[in-house]
Amino acid sequence: MAILFYIFAAVAIIAALNVVLQRTPVYSALSLIVVLCAIAVEYLLLNAEFIAVIQVIVYAGAIMVLFVLVIMLLNARREVPSSRSRVARWLGLPLLAAFLAEMLFAVWRYLPANMALPEAPASGPAAVGGLLFRNYVLPFELTSILILVAVLGAVVLAKKQL
Amino acid sequence: MVPLSHVLALSMILFVLGIAGFIFRRNVITIFMCIELMLNAVNLAFIGFARQLGQLDGQLYVFFVIVVAAAEAAVGLAIIIALYRNRESLSIDDLDSMRN
Repeated sequence: MAILFYIFAAVAIIAALNVVLQRTPVYSALSLIVVLCAIAVEYLLLNAEFIAVIQVIVYAGAIMVLFVLVIMLLNARREVPSSRSRVARWLGLPLLAAFLAEMLFAVWRYLPANMALPEAPASGPAAVGGLLFRNYVLPFELTSILILVAVLGAVVLAKKQL
Repeated sequence: MVPLSHVLALSMILFVLGIAGFIFRRNVITIFMCIELMLNAVNLAFIGFARQLGQLDGQLYVFFVIVVAAAEAAVGLAIIIALYRNRESLSIDDLDSMRN
């Protein structure tokens, strides 16, 4: 089981590198779908079956289809390199490397690898749904309003004349 | 099983890759996809902590983050379409009217 985690971690990292390095948006989008599916497998291995299925259906399915649709609708081609933002180019990589090293050091320093792992709770749809509709009803109802507002906003923004 | 520190390490690497894409890419849609990558990295950390603490609450936070990400993608892509209609360009170098 543990070896699967590392295999799919490597898949996710390589595909994420491809997302960043590709200059053509369609290739980035397809690599991002690979990342999302690899992360769904990690969820499965971490006892989050329901979230793994949601990840594949909503993220890799709905959201990425929307992205690919917009990329094809706008006919987004290979981007042209620009000479703007020279500061980001020269300072970005060292700062990012420093940030990553610092975070990894903090994890390595304060979270020992042999921490005791508690018994995994039941995490099927029934358990998640029970908690969702018992303890998190108000946030759940608020998200429905958020979705409604987002749909209205998307329709208004995409209209020809504002 | 997998220790929490390895889950967090994977999450941080993905997050930093998302920031790198955000900084270095010039296409609005690619930058938007890098934001999605960062959201996913944070979700992975949530799931790792939920597993370590033996609770389901972290999984519900991820559920809400996915809902918000879906709403964000719908609105964000509509904004990108409106921008393209006005500017005929997807490069962020052409989207600097707030700066001047």
